[in-house]
Amino acid sequence: MTETATETRTVTVEREIAYPPEKIWRALTQPHLIEEWLMKSDFAPVTGHRFDFRADWGSVACEVLEVEPNRTLAYSWGAMGLESVVTWTLTPSGAGTHLRMEQTGFRADQQQAYHGAKFGWSKFFANLEQVLGRTE
Amino acid sequence: MSLTHEMLFKTLADPTRRAIFERLCRQGEQTVAALTAQAGVSQPAVSKHLGALKQAGLVLDRHEGRQTHYSAQPRALTPLIDWTGQMTSFWESRFDDLENLLKRMDQ
Repeated sequence: MTETATETRTVTVEREIAYPPEKIWRALTQPHLIEEWLMKSDFAPVTGHRFDFRADWGSVACEVLEVEPNRTLAYSWGAMGLESVVTWTLTPSGAGTHLRMEQTGFRADQQQAYHGAKFGWSKFFANLEQVLGRTE
Repeated sequence: MSLTHEMLFKTLADPTRRAIFERLCRQGEQTVAALTAQAGVSQPAVSKHLGALKQAGLVLDRHEGRQTHYSAQPRALTPLIDWTGQMTSFWESRFDDLENLLKRMDQ
């Protein structure tokens, strides 16, 4: 297995926000606030807590993986047959906070989740990108 | 997060189906019999997978005498390949809403 074949796909969004980490933490962890910017849920900032995000288009099955108040929050994000992990990192910067969201999917160790699938997602994508490249 | 997206993901979530599709991408047009010989599952099961792939626009069928030939339509995957781009837009707009909420919150 080459490096490329097991490479993870990652989405990162970062922003400087003019508010302290404590305030952002509330918006990230209190269900009535989460609902205002993300989705409805029965989230609780407790490691191992399972919850769903619900929207008109469907729902996302989640489990809290890491909670470090005002610093780090991570939960699994299972939607449309894909497992990924969403990690929030809050770092004080100047008068505000550097807020970073990283969503990582298709990790090599997550292929276990596909019950012995011969073709894991990452290999599948690597192959398909080649195929699509050829047909362009 | 369109329906097309969801259907593509669901269709390809099955590893056997994904393997069949990948074989068609790599080896070109194949008959059901040829695919069955390599799939390790029964012909009716292969036909069922092909039906699902066809419904999602991922394969085309062509009848020739008694045989049905299937070919991959890899272009149907473009929205799926662009998962990273789709999710980035999703989170960018969630960040906008989060900032708006923070402006409205006390303290």
